[in-house]
Amino acid sequence: MNSAYPELIRIRFLMMLAYRVNYYSGIVIYAINIGAYYFLWQAIFGDTPSLAGFTVAQMTTYVAVSWMARAFYYNNLDREIANEIRDGSVAIQFIRPYSYLMVKLMQGFGEGLFRLLLFMVPGMVIVCLVFPVTLPRDPGVWALYLVLLFFSFLINTQINILTGLFAFFVENNEGMIRMKRVLVDLFSGVVVPISFFPGWLEQVMQWLPFQAITYLPSSVFTGRTEGAEAWGVLLVQLIWFGVLLVPIMGVWRMARRRLFVQGG
Amino acid sequence: MLAIDVELLQKRFVVQKNREGLAGAFKDLFKREYREVKAVKDITFQIPQGEICGYIGENGAGKSTTIKMLTGILVPTSGRLVVNGYVPFKEREAFVKGIGVVFGQRSQLWWDIGVVESFNLLRKVYRVPPQDFKRRLDELVERLQLGELLSRPVRKLSLGQRMRCELVASLLHNPSILFLDEPTIGLDIVVKTEIREFLKQLNRDHGTTILLTTHDLQDIEALCSRVIMLDDGTIIYDGSLELLKANWSKGREIHFHFGAPTALAALEQLTSGLGVQWRLDHELSAVMWLPSEINVSGALARVVGAADIRDIKIVETNTDEIVREIYKTEKVAP
Repeated sequence: MNSAYPELIRIRFLMMLAYRVNYYSGIVIYAINIGAYYFLWQAIFGDTPSLAGFTVAQMTTYVAVSWMARAFYYNNLDREIANEIRDGSVAIQFIRPYSYLMVKLMQGFGEGLFRLLLFMVPGMVIVCLVFPVTLPRDPGVWALYLVLLFFSFLINTQINILTGLFAFFVENNEGMIRMKRVLVDLFSGVVVPISFFPGWLEQVMQWLPFQAITYLPSSVFTGRTEGAEAWGVLLVQLIWFGVLLVPIMGVWRMARRRLFVQGG
Repeated sequence: MLAIDVELLQKRFVVQKNREGLAGAFKDLFKREYREVKAVKDITFQIPQGEICGYIGENGAGKSTTIKMLTGILVPTSGRLVVNGYVPFKEREAFVKGIGVVFGQRSQLWWDIGVVESFNLLRKVYRVPPQDFKRRLDELVERLQLGELLSRPVRKLSLGQRMRCELVASLLHNPSILFLDEPTIGLDIVVKTEIREFLKQLNRDHGTTILLTTHDLQDIEALCSRVIMLDDGTIIYDGSLELLKANWSKGREIHFHFGAPTALAALEQLTSGLGVQWRLDHELSAVMWLPSEINVSGALARVVGAADIRDIKIVETNTDEIVREIYKTEKVAP
């Protein structure tokens, strides 16, 4: 593999570090979100011991870990790619002996690593101190979860890349980017766990990649999915990772033929 | 061996048509209309290795589109295209290792990081061995006097400094062909001259083939042994600059400075029958326009004997005027 790729991760990490003040406020925002959902679910549960297969304790942990995972896998690659296509700077990327999409993935990963180390880990510590979160005791679950988290990042990034590349075909895909953002947050289970969805929608979700981003990995972390089923989650993620490569390659090929550089 | 071999190259774009008014916008929402634009129409040319070739034409003539096809950014609609032994858009990653590209209007350096960090990243991108990289960088930095700029972030460089860094960035991997798309745009005369000198030396020392587009014809005069002129997607001239001047230049001007006040009528009488035109700047100075087919000596002889002349200057029509003339006439012709 091209040794420029790790270098790109490093540079993006350093760039994020240069603008780190943005992220201090980010930690506060995430903490408030987690707090709001925690109190909301407390109210919804009331005296009921469990809802849609969740106990209150599981729900608290689910909310905390889902939001923290989101901090890691979330990135703005869709907007970055769309902007580069719109202002024509994508042309520069074609004169380099590397793959543009790999470069974007690496930059996203550099950003993800930064968020993991300076955002997710300290954020999780704070959340654990403030809210009654139960962490898994089995180191195997932790190890598996880290792998699942990495695939969450990959699948979410694939969806972002696909959304961003649509800028090749429409003049402005800003609306699409926003719609995608809401869809991913809702359907991945960050806002509401998928087991709370109406039966038919839950069925539909089985056939979409979104659940593999948050719902399934978080279920493993909270201990609702265990043993062989937990490995099944990894399998689902692997399948989606492979399946999503197909439209990306297709769109990319079409885009190469359609590309015309704005501004001459 | 040919550095660039292009045959019947064509590029068509499909462009969205926007209908007028609210009703039109509403219709566009459901059914788009498209229109086809031919940016480059069946052009053919060959550039041998080691040549510096200027590619000129008005805005929108198709220069940049051609450069973008030659560098593998755009996929041609039809035609044959071989650059440096590769078909650019097919074997892109292998192909781009052998070329350098500078876009005057677009930076290829990373905006937020230091110049030297950009160069280091490029070293890894192009897999240049560290010793080679160091030698080339030292040479380029010394030649273009970049010493103290290296540690600055790109966003803090002036345009002239940035262009010099862009040139270095495009040459770190020792490409055999260099594409320059308006490399001197917006630069002051000192930097322009420096860049021209540098390019000439590069071509001489390393045999680098250079293809450049420009609106500044002094770039062409200083650098190019050959000019390709493009208009509305077709090549209208391909050959040496001298030949272009000789073919298109319609005449020259002779500036006279007289010792005593002279009348226009008197001057016209001196040269009657020759087909020259006179223009009086003021009573002590006049300009005679002489068509190419008339001998300078003949026309001069008539004036020199009859007037008190302090100074004479013969001015060739400059390239700018010739090119302006060509653009104008080509616009009229279908």
